Amino acid sequence: MNWTWFHRFGSAPYMYGFARRWAPWFGGAAALLMLIGLYGGLFLAPQDYQQKDAFRIVYVHAPSATLSLMIYTTMAIAAAVGLIWRMKVAHAAAAACAPIGAWFTVATLFTGSLWGKPMWGTYWAWDPRLTSELVLLFLYFGYMGLRAAIEDPQKADKASAVLAIVGIVNVPIIKYSVNWWTSLHQGHTRYLADPDMDRSMLWPLLTLFVAFGLFFGAVLLIRLRAELLRRERNASWVREALS
Amino acid sequence: MNNGWPVKTGPLAAARLVAARDLRLAFRKPSQLIQPLMFFMIVATLFPLTLTPELSRLRDAAPGVLWIGALLSSLLALEFLFRDDAVDGTLEQFALSGQSLTWMLFAKTCTHWLLSGLPLALSAPLAALALGVPVEALGSMVAALALGGFALSMVGAICAGLTLGARRGGVLLSLLTLPLSVPILVFGADATRQAIVGGDIAGPMYLLGAIAVLGVTLAPLAAAAAVRIGLE
Repeated sequence: MNWTWFHRFGSAPYMYGFARRWAPWFGGAAALLMLIGLYGGLFLAPQDYQQKDAFRIVYVHAPSATLSLMIYTTMAIAAAVGLIWRMKVAHAAAAACAPIGAWFTVATLFTGSLWGKPMWGTYWAWDPRLTSELVLLFLYFGYMGLRAAIEDPQKADKASAVLAIVGIVNVPIIKYSVNWWTSLHQGHTRYLADPDMDRSMLWPLLTLFVAFGLFFGAVLLIRLRAELLRRERNASWVREALS
Repeated sequence: MNNGWPVKTGPLAAARLVAARDLRLAFRKPSQLIQPLMFFMIVATLFPLTLTPELSRLRDAAPGVLWIGALLSSLLALEFLFRDDAVDGTLEQFALSGQSLTWMLFAKTCTHWLLSGLPLALSAPLAALALGVPVEALGSMVAALALGGFALSMVGAICAGLTLGARRGGVLLSLLTLPLSVPILVFGADATRQAIVGGDIAGPMYLLGAIAVLGVTLAPLAAAAAVRIGLE
Protein backbone atom coordinates (compact mmCIF):
# COMPACT_ATOMS: atom_id res chain seq x y z
CA MET A 1 0.00 0.00 0.00
CA ASN A 2 1.24 3.43 -0.86
CA TRP A 3 1.45 5.72 2.15
CA THR A 4 2.91 8.80 0.55
CA TRP A 5 -0.49 10.52 0.43
CA PHE A 6 -0.35 10.67 4.22
CA HIS A 7 2.93 12.61 4.30
CA ARG A 8 1.38 15.51 2.47
CA PHE A 9 -0.66 16.27 5.56
CA GLY A 10 2.59 17.07 7.33
CA SER A 11 3.15 20.05 5.08
CA ALA A 12 1.58 23.26 6.32
CA PRO A 13 0.72 24.73 2.88
CA TYR A 14 -0.93 21.48 1.77
CA MET A 15 -2.90 21.24 5.01
CA TYR A 16 -3.94 24.88 4.71
CA GLY A 17 -5.31 24.28 1.24
CA PHE A 18 -6.95 21.04 2.34
CA ALA A 19 -8.65 22.79 5.26
CA ARG A 20 -9.84 25.62 3.04
CA ARG A 21 -11.35 23.21 0.52
CA TRP A 22 -13.01 20.88 2.98
CA ALA A 23 -14.27 23.17 5.77
CA PRO A 24 -17.35 24.33 3.77
CA TRP A 25 -18.28 20.73 2.90
CA PHE A 26 -18.02 19.65 6.52
CA GLY A 27 -19.92 22.74 7.65
CA GLY A 28 -22.62 22.33 5.02
CA ALA A 29 -23.16 18.66 5.77
CA ALA A 30 -23.22 19.42 9.50
CA ALA A 31 -25.83 22.16 9.04
CA LEU A 32 -28.02 19.95 6.84
CA LEU A 33 -27.88 16.96 9.18
CA MET A 34 -28.39 19.20 12.20
CA LEU A 35 -31.58 20.65 10.69
CA ILE A 36 -32.87 17.17 9.87
CA GLY A 37 -31.90 15.78 13.25
CA LEU A 38 -33.32 18.68 15.22
CA TYR A 39 -36.57 18.64 13.25
CA GLY A 40 -36.83 14.91 13.87
CA GLY A 41 -35.96 15.25 17.51
CA LEU A 42 -37.99 18.33 18.42
CA PHE A 43 -41.08 17.86 16.22
CA LEU A 44 -41.41 14.31 14.92
CA ALA A 45 -40.23 12.22 17.88
CA PRO A 46 -43.02 11.44 20.36
CA GLN A 47 -42.98 12.60 23.96
CA ASP A 48 -41.27 10.42 26.50
CA TYR A 49 -43.87 8.67 28.67
CA GLN A 50 -42.00 9.66 31.82
CA GLN A 51 -39.97 12.76 31.05
CA LYS A 52 -42.47 14.35 28.61
CA ASP A 53 -40.81 16.98 26.42
CA ALA A 54 -37.86 17.49 28.73
CA PHE A 55 -36.11 14.40 27.37
CA ARG A 56 -35.49 16.27 24.13
CA ILE A 57 -32.43 17.91 25.71
CA VAL A 58 -30.74 14.58 25.01
CA TYR A 59 -30.47 15.61 21.36
CA VAL A 60 -27.94 18.27 22.30
CA HIS A 61 -26.60 16.80 25.53
CA ALA A 62 -25.54 13.32 24.42
CA PRO A 63 -23.68 14.35 21.25
CA SER A 64 -21.88 17.12 23.16
CA ALA A 65 -20.86 14.72 25.92
CA THR A 66 -19.53 12.19 23.42
CA LEU A 67 -17.61 14.85 21.56
CA SER A 68 -16.13 16.40 24.70
CA LEU A 69 -14.28 13.16 25.39
CA MET A 70 -13.65 12.31 21.74
CA ILE A 71 -12.02 15.69 21.13
CA TYR A 72 -9.72 15.20 24.12
CA THR A 73 -8.68 11.85 22.66
CA THR A 74 -8.18 13.43 19.22
CA MET A 75 -6.09 16.16 20.83
CA ALA A 76 -3.91 13.66 22.69
CA ILE A 77 -3.40 11.56 19.55
CA ALA A 78 -2.50 14.65 17.50
CA ALA A 79 -0.14 15.76 20.27
CA ALA A 80 1.51 12.33 20.38
CA VAL A 81 1.92 12.31 16.59
CA GLY A 82 3.46 15.77 16.82
CA LEU A 83 5.81 14.72 19.59
CA ILE A 84 6.91 11.43 18.04
CA TRP A 85 7.22 12.37 14.37
CA ARG A 86 7.93 16.07 15.01
CA MET A 87 5.01 17.11 12.81
CA LYS A 88 4.27 20.80 13.21
CA VAL A 89 0.85 20.43 11.64
CA ALA A 90 -0.13 17.83 14.25
CA HIS A 91 0.82 20.21 17.05
CA ALA A 92 -1.24 22.92 15.39
CA ALA A 93 -4.20 20.52 15.17
CA ALA A 94 -3.87 19.67 18.87
CA ALA A 95 -3.79 23.37 19.71
CA ALA A 96 -6.90 23.92 17.58
CA CYS A 97 -8.75 21.06 19.31
CA ALA A 98 -8.48 22.35 22.88
CA PRO A 99 -10.88 25.32 22.83
CA ILE A 100 -13.48 23.38 20.82
CA GLY A 101 -13.34 20.51 23.28
CA ALA A 102 -13.59 22.87 26.23
CA TRP A 103 -16.71 24.48 24.73
CA PHE A 104 -18.35 21.11 24.12
CA THR A 105 -17.60 20.24 27.74
CA VAL A 106 -19.22 23.49 28.86
CA ALA A 107 -22.20 22.74 26.61
CA THR A 108 -22.51 19.26 28.14
CA LEU A 109 -22.44 20.62 31.68
CA PHE A 110 -24.88 23.42 30.83
CA THR A 111 -27.46 21.27 29.03
CA GLY A 112 -27.02 18.61 31.71
CA SER A 113 -27.83 21.02 34.50
CA LEU A 114 -30.85 22.33 32.57
CA TRP A 115 -32.00 18.74 32.22
CA GLY A 116 -31.24 17.97 35.86
CA LYS A 117 -33.59 20.66 37.19
CA PRO A 118 -36.89 19.15 35.98
CA MET A 119 -35.73 15.52 36.31
CA TRP A 120 -33.71 15.38 39.53
CA GLY A 121 -34.97 18.65 41.03
CA THR A 122 -31.51 20.22 41.09
CA TYR A 123 -29.21 21.97 38.66
CA TRP A 124 -26.15 20.27 40.01
CA ALA A 125 -25.50 17.01 41.79
CA TRP A 126 -22.17 15.47 42.76
CA ASP A 127 -22.75 12.51 40.56
CA PRO A 128 -19.75 10.64 39.08
CA ARG A 129 -20.44 11.43 35.46
CA LEU A 130 -21.02 15.11 36.16
CA THR A 131 -17.92 15.28 38.29
CA SER A 132 -15.67 13.58 35.77
CA GLU A 133 -17.02 15.87 33.06
CA LEU A 134 -16.12 18.84 35.27
CA VAL A 135 -12.61 17.45 35.84
CA LEU A 136 -12.31 17.02 32.07
CA LEU A 137 -13.05 20.75 31.73
CA PHE A 138 -10.25 21.47 34.21
CA LEU A 139 -7.90 19.27 32.17
CA TYR A 140 -8.72 21.36 29.09
CA PHE A 141 -8.07 24.53 31.12
CA GLY A 142 -4.72 23.18 32.28
CA TYR A 143 -3.74 22.30 28.72
CA MET A 144 -4.67 25.74 27.40
CA GLY A 145 -3.08 27.44 30.40
CA LEU A 146 0.24 25.66 29.86
CA ARG A 147 0.19 26.49 26.17
CA ALA A 148 -0.47 30.16 26.91
CA ALA A 149 2.20 30.40 29.61
CA ILE A 150 5.15 29.22 27.51
CA GLU A 151 6.38 31.85 25.15
CA ASP A 152 8.47 29.77 22.76
CA PRO A 153 5.89 28.11 20.46
CA GLN A 154 7.90 24.91 19.91
CA LYS A 155 8.49 24.46 23.60
CA ALA A 156 4.79 25.13 24.23
CA ASP A 157 3.89 22.50 21.63
CA LYS A 158 6.05 19.82 23.20
CA ALA A 159 5.24 20.57 26.82
CA SER A 160 1.50 20.67 26.20
CA ALA A 161 1.79 17.45 24.17
CA VAL A 162 3.31 15.67 27.18
CA LEU A 163 0.49 17.06 29.34
CA ALA A 164 -2.18 15.86 26.88
CA ILE A 165 -0.70 12.35 26.92
CA VAL A 166 -0.47 12.30 30.73
CA GLY A 167 -4.06 13.56 30.80
CA ILE A 168 -5.36 10.83 28.50
CA VAL A 169 -3.76 8.17 30.72
CA ASN A 170 -5.47 9.79 33.68
CA VAL A 171 -8.93 10.19 32.18
CA PRO A 172 -10.02 6.55 32.72
CA ILE A 173 -8.54 6.55 36.24
CA ILE A 174 -10.46 9.71 37.10
CA LYS A 175 -13.57 8.17 35.58
CA TYR A 176 -13.33 5.02 37.71
CA SER A 177 -12.29 6.85 40.85
CA VAL A 178 -15.31 9.13 40.85
CA ASN A 179 -17.57 6.15 40.17
CA TRP A 180 -17.28 5.41 43.87
CA TRP A 181 -20.35 7.38 44.73
CA THR A 182 -23.77 5.96 43.96
CA SER A 183 -24.97 7.40 40.75
CA LEU A 184 -27.98 9.55 40.01
CA HIS A 185 -27.17 9.52 36.34
CA GLN A 186 -28.72 6.85 34.19
CA GLY A 187 -26.43 4.10 32.99
CA HIS A 188 -25.10 3.84 29.50
CA THR A 189 -27.75 3.87 26.84
CA ARG A 190 -27.34 1.41 24.02
CA TYR A 191 -27.78 3.09 20.71
CA LEU A 192 -26.91 0.63 17.98
CA ALA A 193 -27.28 -3.05 18.81
CA ASP A 194 -30.60 -3.83 20.53
CA PRO A 195 -31.34 -0.15 21.27
CA ASP A 196 -33.01 0.96 24.50
CA MET A 197 -34.76 3.80 22.70
CA ASP A 198 -37.67 3.63 20.33
CA ARG A 199 -36.74 3.97 16.66
CA SER A 200 -38.69 7.22 16.29
CA MET A 201 -36.58 8.82 19.04
CA LEU A 202 -33.34 7.12 18.05
CA TRP A 203 -32.84 8.17 14.43
CA PRO A 204 -32.73 11.92 15.15
CA LEU A 205 -30.19 11.24 17.89
CA LEU A 206 -27.92 9.20 15.63
CA THR A 207 -28.26 11.87 12.94
CA LEU A 208 -27.23 14.50 15.46
CA PHE A 209 -24.22 12.47 16.58
CA VAL A 210 -22.98 12.53 12.98
CA ALA A 211 -23.92 16.19 12.58
CA PHE A 212 -22.03 17.24 15.72
CA GLY A 213 -19.01 15.23 14.59
CA LEU A 214 -19.05 16.96 11.21
CA PHE A 215 -19.49 20.31 12.94
CA PHE A 216 -16.41 19.58 15.02
CA GLY A 217 -14.56 18.72 11.81
CA ALA A 218 -15.58 22.01 10.21
CA VAL A 219 -14.61 24.14 13.21
CA LEU A 220 -11.36 22.22 13.59
CA LEU A 221 -10.42 22.89 9.97
CA ILE A 222 -11.23 26.59 10.31
CA ARG A 223 -9.24 26.90 13.53
CA LEU A 224 -6.39 24.89 12.04
CA ARG A 225 -6.19 27.30 9.12
CA ALA A 226 -5.95 30.25 11.48
CA GLU A 227 -3.40 28.41 13.60
CA LEU A 228 -1.24 27.58 10.57
CA LEU A 229 -1.37 31.16 9.31
CA ARG A 230 -0.35 32.47 12.71
CA ARG A 231 2.51 30.00 13.07
CA GLU A 232 3.85 30.34 9.54
CA ARG A 233 3.27 34.08 9.24
CA ASN A 234 6.82 34.63 8.02
CA ALA A 235 6.75 31.85 5.41
CA SER A 236 6.54 32.70 1.75
CA TRP A 237 3.60 30.37 1.09
CA VAL A 238 1.45 32.45 3.46
CA ARG A 239 2.12 35.57 1.43
CA GLU A 240 1.16 33.70 -1.74
CA ALA A 241 -1.90 32.13 -0.19
CA LEU A 242 -3.21 35.47 1.09
CA SER A 243 -2.37 37.62 -1.92
CA MET B 1 41.23 10.43 34.82
CA ASN B 2 39.87 9.37 38.14
CA ASN B 3 41.12 12.31 40.24
CA GLY B 4 41.16 10.03 43.23
CA TRP B 5 37.38 9.77 43.24
CA PRO B 6 36.11 6.24 43.18
CA VAL B 7 33.04 7.32 41.20
CA LYS B 8 30.74 4.55 40.14
CA THR B 9 28.48 5.12 37.17
CA GLY B 10 25.20 3.63 36.13
CA PRO B 11 21.60 4.62 36.79
CA LEU B 12 21.47 3.46 40.41
CA ALA B 13 24.76 5.11 41.36
CA ALA B 14 23.63 8.37 39.76
CA ALA B 15 20.30 8.14 41.56
CA ARG B 16 22.03 7.57 44.88
CA LEU B 17 24.29 10.58 44.37
CA VAL B 18 21.34 12.80 43.48
CA ALA B 19 19.40 11.65 46.53
CA ALA B 20 22.37 12.24 48.84
CA ARG B 21 22.90 15.70 47.39
CA ASP B 22 19.25 16.67 47.80
CA LEU B 23 19.14 15.42 51.38
CA ARG B 24 22.27 17.35 52.27
CA LEU B 25 20.95 20.53 50.66
CA ALA B 26 17.61 20.19 52.40
CA PHE B 27 19.14 19.86 55.85
CA ARG B 28 21.23 22.97 55.26
CA LYS B 29 18.09 24.95 54.39
CA PRO B 30 15.50 23.57 56.81
CA SER B 31 13.01 26.43 56.38
CA GLN B 32 11.90 24.93 53.06
CA LEU B 33 11.08 21.74 54.92
CA ILE B 34 9.19 23.35 57.75
CA GLN B 35 7.14 25.94 55.93
CA PRO B 36 4.82 23.50 54.06
CA LEU B 37 4.22 21.69 57.37
CA MET B 38 3.29 24.94 59.08
CA PHE B 39 1.03 25.80 56.17
CA PHE B 40 -0.73 22.45 56.59
CA MET B 41 -1.27 23.07 60.30
CA ILE B 42 -2.66 26.54 59.67
CA VAL B 43 -5.07 25.28 57.00
CA ALA B 44 -6.27 22.58 59.41
CA THR B 45 -6.81 25.28 62.06
CA LEU B 46 -8.84 27.48 59.76
CA PHE B 47 -11.50 24.83 59.17
CA PRO B 48 -12.79 24.70 62.76
CA LEU B 49 -12.78 28.52 62.75
CA THR B 50 -14.91 28.71 59.63
CA LEU B 51 -16.96 25.49 59.81
CA THR B 52 -17.89 24.69 63.39
CA PRO B 53 -15.98 24.14 66.63
CA GLU B 54 -18.01 20.99 67.41
CA LEU B 55 -15.74 17.96 67.30
CA SER B 56 -18.55 15.59 66.32
CA ARG B 57 -19.25 17.59 63.17
CA LEU B 58 -15.58 18.28 62.45
CA ARG B 59 -14.97 14.53 62.50
CA ASP B 60 -17.20 14.15 59.41
CA ALA B 61 -15.24 16.83 57.60
CA ALA B 62 -11.83 15.64 58.81
CA PRO B 63 -10.89 13.41 55.81
CA GLY B 64 -11.57 16.25 53.41
CA VAL B 65 -9.80 18.84 55.52
CA LEU B 66 -6.72 16.67 56.00
CA TRP B 67 -6.45 15.66 52.36
CA ILE B 68 -7.06 19.08 50.89
CA GLY B 69 -4.59 20.52 53.40
CA ALA B 70 -2.05 17.88 52.42
CA LEU B 71 -2.65 18.49 48.71
CA LEU B 72 -2.23 22.27 49.00
CA SER B 73 0.85 21.90 51.14
CA SER B 74 2.38 19.41 48.69
CA LEU B 75 1.73 21.93 45.91
CA LEU B 76 3.71 24.52 47.86
CA ALA B 77 6.58 22.09 48.33
CA LEU B 78 6.41 21.09 44.66
CA GLU B 79 7.54 24.59 43.70
CA PHE B 80 10.97 23.78 45.12
CA LEU B 81 11.29 20.39 43.43
CA PHE B 82 12.95 21.55 40.20
CA ARG B 83 12.87 25.34 40.20
CA ASP B 84 16.09 26.12 42.11
CA ASP B 85 18.04 23.45 40.27
CA ALA B 86 16.74 24.70 36.94
CA VAL B 87 17.74 28.29 37.75
CA ASP B 88 21.31 27.51 38.79
CA GLY B 89 21.90 25.06 35.95
CA THR B 90 22.06 21.84 37.98
CA LEU B 91 19.30 20.20 35.97
CA GLU B 92 21.13 21.04 32.78
CA GLN B 93 24.21 19.28 34.14
CA PHE B 94 22.04 16.28 35.01
CA ALA B 95 20.73 16.15 31.47
CA LEU B 96 24.23 16.49 29.99
CA SER B 97 25.88 14.02 32.36
CA GLY B 98 25.21 11.04 30.14
CA GLN B 99 23.50 9.25 33.01
CA SER B 100 19.83 8.37 32.90
CA LEU B 101 17.83 11.53 33.57
CA THR B 102 14.79 9.37 34.33
CA TRP B 103 16.57 7.67 37.23
CA MET B 104 17.98 10.92 38.55
CA LEU B 105 14.59 12.61 38.54
CA PHE B 106 13.03 9.53 40.11
CA ALA B 107 15.59 9.77 42.93
CA LYS B 108 14.91 13.48 43.21
CA THR B 109 11.17 12.90 43.46
CA CYS B 110 11.57 10.14 46.06
CA THR B 111 13.81 12.41 48.12
CA HIS B 112 11.27 15.15 47.77
CA TRP B 113 8.63 12.83 49.18
CA LEU B 114 10.96 11.83 52.05
CA LEU B 115 11.38 15.52 52.87
CA SER B 116 7.82 16.77 52.34
CA GLY B 117 5.22 14.01 51.99
CA LEU B 118 6.47 11.76 54.76
CA PRO B 119 6.96 14.51 57.40
CA LEU B 120 3.50 15.78 56.53
CA ALA B 121 1.96 12.34 57.02
CA LEU B 122 3.82 11.94 60.31
CA SER B 123 2.72 15.33 61.64
CA ALA B 124 -0.88 14.91 60.47
CA PRO B 125 -2.03 13.10 63.67
CA LEU B 126 -1.62 16.40 65.53
CA ALA B 127 -4.08 18.14 63.21
CA ALA B 128 -6.28 15.03 63.08
CA LEU B 129 -6.69 14.86 66.86
CA ALA B 130 -7.67 18.51 66.86
CA LEU B 131 -10.34 17.66 64.30
CA GLY B 132 -11.82 14.92 66.47
CA VAL B 133 -10.35 11.91 64.66
CA PRO B 134 -10.25 8.94 67.09
CA VAL B 135 -6.83 7.69 68.16
CA GLU B 136 -7.41 4.21 66.69
CA ALA B 137 -7.74 5.72 63.21
CA LEU B 138 -4.45 7.60 63.28
CA GLY B 139 -2.21 4.74 62.11
CA SER B 140 -4.29 4.00 59.01
CA MET B 141 -4.57 7.71 58.31
CA VAL B 142 -0.79 8.19 58.42
CA ALA B 143 -0.33 5.19 56.11
CA ALA B 144 -2.88 6.56 53.63
CA LEU B 145 -1.34 10.05 53.68
CA ALA B 146 2.16 8.65 53.21
CA LEU B 147 1.15 6.44 50.29
CA GLY B 148 -1.07 9.09 48.72
CA GLY B 149 1.63 11.71 49.23
CA PHE B 150 4.06 9.51 47.33
CA ALA B 151 1.64 9.24 44.41
CA LEU B 152 1.07 13.01 44.57
CA SER B 153 4.82 13.62 44.36
CA MET B 154 5.03 11.42 41.26
CA VAL B 155 2.19 13.24 39.48
CA GLY B 156 3.52 16.57 40.71
CA ALA B 157 6.99 15.89 39.30
CA ILE B 158 5.56 15.72 35.77
CA CYS B 159 3.71 19.00 36.21
CA ALA B 160 6.69 20.70 37.88
CA GLY B 161 8.81 19.64 34.90
CA LEU B 162 6.23 20.94 32.43
CA THR B 163 6.01 24.38 34.06
CA LEU B 164 9.79 24.90 33.99
CA GLY B 165 9.53 26.78 30.70
CA ALA B 166 6.52 28.82 31.76
CA ARG B 167 6.52 32.39 32.97
CA ARG B 168 4.01 32.25 35.84
CA GLY B 169 4.90 28.87 37.25
CA GLY B 170 3.05 28.87 40.56
CA VAL B 171 -0.63 29.14 39.72
CA LEU B 172 -0.17 27.13 36.55
CA LEU B 173 1.45 24.30 38.50
CA SER B 174 -1.69 24.06 40.66
CA LEU B 175 -3.94 24.23 37.62
CA LEU B 176 -2.12 21.27 36.06
CA THR B 177 -1.66 19.18 39.19
CA LEU B 178 -5.06 19.46 40.86
CA PRO B 179 -7.22 17.75 38.17
CA LEU B 180 -4.66 14.98 37.77
CA SER B 181 -4.65 14.30 41.51
CA VAL B 182 -8.41 13.74 41.73
CA PRO B 183 -8.14 9.90 41.91
CA ILE B 184 -5.51 10.05 44.67
CA LEU B 185 -7.70 12.44 46.63
CA VAL B 186 -10.81 10.28 46.20
CA PHE B 187 -9.18 7.04 47.36
CA GLY B 188 -7.08 8.72 50.05
CA ALA B 189 -10.01 10.52 51.62
CA ASP B 190 -12.06 7.34 51.35
CA ALA B 191 -9.38 5.35 53.20
CA THR B 192 -9.26 8.02 55.91
CA ARG B 193 -13.04 8.06 56.22
CA GLN B 194 -13.14 4.27 56.54
CA ALA B 195 -10.44 4.46 59.21
CA ILE B 196 -12.45 7.03 61.18
CA VAL B 197 -15.69 5.04 61.12
CA GLY B 198 -13.78 1.82 61.82
CA GLY B 199 -14.40 0.27 58.41
CA ASP B 200 -12.13 -1.76 56.16
CA ILE B 201 -9.47 0.39 54.54
CA ALA B 202 -7.94 -2.39 52.41
CA GLY B 203 -9.91 -1.53 49.24
CA PRO B 204 -8.99 2.16 48.91
CA MET B 205 -5.44 1.44 50.12
CA TYR B 206 -4.92 -1.15 47.37
CA LEU B 207 -6.18 1.36 44.82
CA LEU B 208 -3.91 4.08 46.21
CA GLY B 209 -1.06 1.59 45.98
CA ALA B 210 -1.98 0.78 42.39
CA ILE B 211 -1.90 4.48 41.49
CA ALA B 212 1.46 4.85 43.25
CA VAL B 213 2.89 1.90 41.30
CA LEU B 214 1.57 3.33 38.05
CA GLY B 215 3.11 6.66 39.05
CA VAL B 216 6.50 5.06 39.73
CA THR B 217 6.38 3.28 36.38
CA LEU B 218 5.35 6.14 34.12
CA ALA B 219 5.85 9.45 35.93
CA PRO B 220 9.70 9.54 35.92
CA LEU B 221 9.70 8.95 32.14
CA ALA B 222 7.18 11.75 31.58
CA ALA B 223 9.01 14.03 34.04
CA ALA B 224 12.32 13.45 32.26
CA ALA B 225 10.70 14.26 28.91
CA ALA B 226 9.14 17.38 30.44
CA VAL B 227 12.41 18.57 31.99
CA ARG B 228 14.26 18.03 28.72
CA ILE B 229 11.69 20.17 26.90
CA GLY B 230 11.96 22.83 29.59
CA LEU B 231 15.75 22.94 29.32
CA GLU B 232 15.89 23.26 25.53
